[in-house]
Amino acid sequence: MTTLTGPSATRRLILQGAASVALLGLGNLPFGAAPARAAANDKYPEEAFKQKSEADAIKALYGKTAEPSDKVKLDAPEIAENGGVVPISVATTLDKVTSISFFVAENPSALAASYRIPEGTIPAVANRLKMAKTTNVVAIVEADGKLYSATKEVKVTVGGCGG
Amino acid sequence: MASSIRVRATANGDITEVQALIQHPMDTGFVKDAKGELIPAHYIQQLKFECNGKDVFVADWGTAVSKDPYVKFSFKGAKKGDDLKVSWTDNKGASDTTTAKIS
Repeated sequence: MTTLTGPSATRRLILQGAASVALLGLGNLPFGAAPARAAANDKYPEEAFKQKSEADAIKALYGKTAEPSDKVKLDAPEIAENGGVVPISVATTLDKVTSISFFVAENPSALAASYRIPEGTIPAVANRLKMAKTTNVVAIVEADGKLYSATKEVKVTVGGCGG
Repeated sequence: MASSIRVRATANGDITEVQALIQHPMDTGFVKDAKGELIPAHYIQQLKFECNGKDVFVADWGTAVSKDPYVKFSFKGAKKGDDLKVSWTDNKGASDTTTAKIS
């Protein structure tokens, strides 16, 4: 599982170095506005990903609580033999969806993935997550400013988070 | 180096279905290597899809996304031949970008 080989790691470092030099060079120009705006819109929710419990993660990400809804369809296997790769998807019939997030209740940090759904994008996402053990998977859909959730327990035979 | 991103975007009427597969270790920081040393966390934090100058899908990921992540979604408003730009950045500051033609 040690995938980063020497040459490519070095190459990345060099590229990073080059990128930061370029940024420094441009620092004095009134050019920084565009990246700053992008960062404000697309900020990575660092704090939410650090939260251990599902409730704290939801609070950190959205600042409110969700109500269960049968309009959120969460599709996950009953039993996952390999907790490292659990296919999970969610779809919803709700209108004005702005984001969809996945939480795995008893993972070391509950928030697994959060997707922003701009206007014109269908509110349905499929992805693959890691699960440490048998626990609930929760999908949260943010629609028209409100949160709706669906929960399903997935039984995990071999966990995907430990060594 | 070949691109780490494999993406397929298929237009079907007004709806374009996108499937993307990215090669990335997505290390959680909890796993030990053969020598018993912890492999530091190394994971993609943000993955972005742009089409016609507009973000159509933005993913924020934590360590709980599987190794070599896969994601599927659909969006409206693109047609065959349009460019779909895919880019990711990880927690070590590495990134990759590719552009696919919608077929």
